[in-house]
Amino acid sequence: MTVSLFVPCYIDQLWPSAAASMARVLRRVEVDIEYRPAQTCCGQPAFNAGHFAEARDVAEAFVHVFRGADVIVSPSGSCVAMVKRRYPALFAGHPLLEEACAIGDRMYELSQFLVDVLGVDKLGAELHRRAVFQDGCQSLRELGIHDQPRRLLRSVRGLTVAPLDHSGSCCGFGGLFATRFGALSAAMADETIQSALARKAECIISTEASCLLHLRGRIERRKLGIETMHLAEVLATREGARA
Amino acid sequence: MSAEPTASAPHVPTRTPRDPASRTSFAQRTEEALLDPFLRVKLRDALDQALAARAARADELPQFEEMRRRAGDIRRHVIGRLAEHVEQFIETAESRGVRVFLAEGAASARQYVVDLARQHGAEHVVKSKSMVTEEIGLFDALAEAGIDVVESDLGEFLAKLAGDAPSHLTAPVVHLSRADIGHLLEEKLGVPFTDRPEEITAIVRDHLRAKFLGSRLGITGANFLVGETGSAVVIENEGNVRLTTSLPPVHVIVAGIERIVPRWADLELFLTLLAASAGGQRLTAYTSVFTGPRREHETGGPDELHIVLVDAGRSDILADPMLREALCCIRCGACLNTCPVYRRVGGHAYGYTYPGPIGQLLAAGLWDAPSGYELAHACTLCSACHGICPVGIDTPALLIQLRNTAIEAGKHAMLRCWPVRLWRWLMLHPAMYRFAARTIGRHGVARFPSLAAAAMPGWVAHRELPAIAPRSFGRLWRDTRGFTDE
Repeated sequence: MTVSLFVPCYIDQLWPSAAASMARVLRRVEVDIEYRPAQTCCGQPAFNAGHFAEARDVAEAFVHVFRGADVIVSPSGSCVAMVKRRYPALFAGHPLLEEACAIGDRMYELSQFLVDVLGVDKLGAELHRRAVFQDGCQSLRELGIHDQPRRLLRSVRGLTVAPLDHSGSCCGFGGLFATRFGALSAAMADETIQSALARKAECIISTEASCLLHLRGRIERRKLGIETMHLAEVLATREGARA
Repeated sequence: MSAEPTASAPHVPTRTPRDPASRTSFAQRTEEALLDPFLRVKLRDALDQALAARAARADELPQFEEMRRRAGDIRRHVIGRLAEHVEQFIETAESRGVRVFLAEGAASARQYVVDLARQHGAEHVVKSKSMVTEEIGLFDALAEAGIDVVESDLGEFLAKLAGDAPSHLTAPVVHLSRADIGHLLEEKLGVPFTDRPEEITAIVRDHLRAKFLGSRLGITGANFLVGETGSAVVIENEGNVRLTTSLPPVHVIVAGIERIVPRWADLELFLTLLAASAGGQRLTAYTSVFTGPRREHETGGPDELHIVLVDAGRSDILADPMLREALCCIRCGACLNTCPVYRRVGGHAYGYTYPGPIGQLLAAGLWDAPSGYELAHACTLCSACHGICPVGIDTPALLIQLRNTAIEAGKHAMLRCWPVRLWRWLMLHPAMYRFAARTIGRHGVARFPSLAAAAMPGWVAHRELPAIAPRSFGRLWRDTRGFTDE
């Protein structure tokens, strides 16, 4: 089995270390990985904004890029949810429908793949931090990812994960929502950040890089002392190599 | 009174909460709401209580998920053949002596009730809480006709006293604290200030009791209309519906045409789900069933029972194969309680009678599409509402569909869509996408911050922009030969 990595456009450009960490983690558990450089985007930004025609064109390209891949793993739950949950409707009546659905069946978010498919929950990671875990909404409610990241984080030496108030509630990102309703989106981010600070967390961890970029942007603007880490970055740390 | 709206020209309510939706945008109204430092706390405390009670009740019901599925199936069946079900309901209700009026628009519904009040010489009428009467602007229509309307529901009474519309489907004054209410009563009724719930209730009860006795007309909504028996079912916790319907000689029920459940036996399921979803109750304190007026051998009940079935745009929603899903709603308000947007800004910011996720769906269908389309974007697609809905309405998926409808219907589609077209072109040309990202990373944002501000004003006003990494993942992969070097 070769795992083909899907690195969404915004992670590729804005947070490549999250995807690099995913690659290192998969190498560590001795999985064969490949990266198809023609990949760009699953089409989610346009789809969520209601631009179905443009989304379908980009989704078609996605299906072509990942044609023949055994398994596709991504560090973004919302992109995985887009392919698994939205492609069937997006490709309704389209000649690629069957193939699009088949690709969705072979696609996993990183923590889901590690725990559910590989049965791995210990990666020899070590990180001395007090953290909170922020669920990605699509990971949690579209893909049912709840225990997997928590199990992985529990095995990280030195890490304590405190529960957030209203665990599972949205941080206010929502794609274009964040810029269209900037003040509201920021106020929602503040709720999450406030809850993390109240837990004396040094770090907010999530499976969703887009939400973390939004939270990080808010944290930087408010000059608060709390960092954001993608789950893959936490898992890619190594025992003995103290961060 | 405005002219009768036709099916193709959706009705605009005469009375919208605080700001008419046409004059300000949702974005502006949310910014106003965010300035209120207490609103968030008031909402959070009340809504958390409702959510916790709902969760506890859901745990207690062994078949909760199965019940939701069944309820969703029944609602979809009714909505799928609504015209038939409405016809059957009217026939059965009329056979029980009910006078049914099918109102195509809000204006004719208002007029029917106003005429009825005049006919019976009612100088004042008592009314229980009903969102449909809010929707059609009945309160104002009666007031304009010189008829005094007494709100008998505590929350609704307080909302009207404050000059507000309800801000929640089941808790009209969730935006007011106990102290707010104490000050309101002090100011409007001249009573000494108190923020104790029992005292507030006693003050309002004293004020209302006298009004019940003299009223010739009682107005209620209906939670369910039972097709099989022609009954209207109203649930409540205060007993005011009982008083509203038992003392006046004439009772008018105003309900949307979509409130129908086919069989009497379905009620158990719906009453249980509605009470559980709204506030975690096993049943509401009172469940009233109205099947026809008082018969000769009976001692209680009104002499006349009227049911006004309100369409007012529902048939238009029904004609939309996607949006008709919104008509399945049973108005429990759980989607409001869990919605991160509603929780932050409250109901008035939406600008329509029905706030929250379900209101975002109804706004485009019941009122005017263009303003409704803005609300379609006021959602982060977190799906918390879908997760809690007792009949499984997938609101985020429907809002995405509405966004698409707006684009297809938009006059400025070509103009507004150029960024999407550019995005599409870049995503289909990986080499160009990588080149563009590299160029922007090297020169763009850092050198032209105003460009970024112009492109994403809402982002940069409140957050720092993320930087484009010096080496993309694609580059890292190539440079490290797929991370095999380490």
